[in-house]
Amino acid sequence: MLLARVIGTVVATRKDPRLEGKKLLILRLVSPEGKDESGYLVSVDTVSAGNREVVIVVQGSSARMAEGCKDIPVDSSIVGIVDTISLDEAGKPG
Amino acid sequence: MTLGRVIGRVWATVKNASLTGQRLLLVQPLTPELNKTGKPLICLDSVGAGAGELVYWCGGREASFTFLPVEVPADRTIVAIIDELSIERGKDS
Repeated sequence: MLLARVIGTVVATRKDPRLEGKKLLILRLVSPEGKDESGYLVSVDTVSAGNREVVIVVQGSSARMAEGCKDIPVDSSIVGIVDTISLDEAGKPG
Repeated sequence: MTLGRVIGRVWATVKNASLTGQRLLLVQPLTPELNKTGKPLICLDSVGAGAGELVYWCGGREASFTFLPVEVPADRTIVAIIDELSIERGKDS
């Protein structure tokens, strides 16, 4: 799973019928310290995440195992909104 | 499967119902020589790993198999805590 921040929304009228009613968000990957990293994702939101919130993203076929994503064509789902991150000394940069 | 060290935890109150009760750990991927490689990742934990422990995790869809028959949206799960690691060094390393 990855950490990312919500930076926008995607609206698509023509899409796979199984994606109807699903909210799609644009995410920027972030480090555990909260710094922006390169790369972005378009993910299905299962937790009603809001703009600028840091979220947990699950990717690959596991993304379909999130509740509400069964048998739909997704490879990236938002499955949590981060409250806090604790980082041990070993994980700090430098 | 990949080696890593537990470097922290992530808390999320609002999460997908199928993740209820799961521990989320931050893991730094390591080379077999235990040097850092790549960015820290979030893994689910199936073995009770703690801070600073050396572990390996299973990635991809198989990461959720450890929780069967419950379907959990996991793409990386810590499946073992490493006791000992030995590497045979060749001439070229």
